[in-house]
Amino acid sequence: MNAGAEVLLRVENLRVSIGESQILGGVSFGVRQGGITGLLGRNGVGKTTTLRGILGLLPRTGTVTLAGESLTALPVHEIVRRGVGYVPEDRDVFAGLTIEENLRLTERAGSEHRYPLVYELFPELRDRAAQLAGTLSGGQQQMLSLARALLNASNRILLIDEPTKGLSPVVVKRVAEALQRAAEVTTILLVEQNLAVARHLVRDVVVLDQGLVTFAGDIAELIDDPALARRHLGLSAAGH
Amino acid sequence: MSTIVLLIVTGLGLGALYFLVAAGLSLIWGLMRVLNFAHGAFFTVAAYTGFFAAAALAGTSPWVGWFASLVAGTFVGAVFATLTEIALIRPLYRRPVGQVLVTVGLALATLALVEGAFGADPRQVTVPPWMGATTSMLGAAIPNTRFVVIVLAALVLFGLLFFLRRTRYGLIVRAGVENRDMVSALGIDVQRAFTLVFAIGGAAAGLAGVLAATYYGTIDPGRGTAMLISAFIVVVIGGLGSIAGSALAAVLVGLLQQFLNFYAAAGVGDFAVVLLLAVVLLVRPGGLLGGKSA
Repeated sequence: MNAGAEVLLRVENLRVSIGESQILGGVSFGVRQGGITGLLGRNGVGKTTTLRGILGLLPRTGTVTLAGESLTALPVHEIVRRGVGYVPEDRDVFAGLTIEENLRLTERAGSEHRYPLVYELFPELRDRAAQLAGTLSGGQQQMLSLARALLNASNRILLIDEPTKGLSPVVVKRVAEALQRAAEVTTILLVEQNLAVARHLVRDVVVLDQGLVTFAGDIAELIDDPALARRHLGLSAAGH
Repeated sequence: MSTIVLLIVTGLGLGALYFLVAAGLSLIWGLMRVLNFAHGAFFTVAAYTGFFAAAALAGTSPWVGWFASLVAGTFVGAVFATLTEIALIRPLYRRPVGQVLVTVGLALATLALVEGAFGADPRQVTVPPWMGATTSMLGAAIPNTRFVVIVLAALVLFGLLFFLRRTRYGLIVRAGVENRDMVSALGIDVQRAFTLVFAIGGAAAGLAGVLAATYYGTIDPGRGTAMLISAFIVVVIGGLGSIAGSALAAVLVGLLQQFLNFYAAAGVGDFAVVLLLAVVLLVRPGGLLGGKSA
């Protein structure tokens, strides 16, 4: 983390256990205001759990603050209303609702709604407004999921979980462009397995391993150093 | 022919009562994953409230008494359900076994209280003279109460569909039936929707309690429990969480019971309904319209 930068989201000693298994063993990191911070790591190290823990979707201990305000004791919907948008790994669009209904459901009172931006990034959402979300392709569902998070201008940070997972290269490119555009208007904490995408988009990076933070800093520092990349990500960055 | 017409209308009337109880059960399960065994208690308490409301207005027009019983029963059903959600269900959120136990306990306690206070014997209800009469239809003399029950249940069905499809809270309920965690993750207080759904379900059950009194001409403490069992079957056949599915299944169950109980033997219709339930669970486990809340 660059010293002196304003930290928007701070996570301190976040611990999450599911049943007998401890998934996060005390995760601490900060997310700078503006741009995209990557949350990286091998499969199963707790990246999704970290996002869900921040949002309060899982029972957790530790503290989470947004712009100095503690979110720790708030219920999920209040955390979101404080300005935390969420794009889950599985998209979780409401299949039985139309695209228009999915977006209308997301509208928050007291917030401006960025329909022009959403439709500029994903014009098919306007063209197919009356189509049921469950009938959309995986890529279109991802666009809808991103659109929901982008819609409310009051969202100060978006937690986005593997938005390119399972998508074709063409759609991955579009999603990456949309994320770049979104980062101009909000802050993003991005879980991303596609290192090429991460390297292109991300400025700061937090690496998790076995439920703990093992690296936090500039992504170039991590990926351009093969030894560091191998140690923290378990692969050679040369191929990316 | 006249017998068939009579059976159809009577079956639809019975189905209408099942639907009114099943609609709330279905929405409550769909959104909250709560198996509400206290739903029959809302029905029973509303039926007795309606009875006493009408009795209090005995000197006025029978229509006034009947409307008062309808309004009072529906209102009390809604209030009873709302208080149940707030006081008993909410503290046990995400503890399904606890929720089942507390609703079973409430159902048993309510039954015992009503029996203790008003006795176990059926009580005759007073209805407007027109409802005690029949209307001739294709040679069949149809009791007018059947039409009343069918029309009011149809109005409730259309009202619920309007609520689910055209209002913001309806949108929240439909989304919550699919994935309530994601509804919360959009910044929506899903707890309010829980209370609202309980209130709507209680109101519909309360209305059913008063209409069942009109339909049968009597009230008794045990009818709510009997109705609840049929309503659970309707909910499962129709698809948990689906209002349209509940309506469809209620009509099927009502007609099947009436026809088989008349043409086969008493009790065969009830057996056939359980058989239908088994077939639906085997062939289409999600129910006829499962997964479609509206």
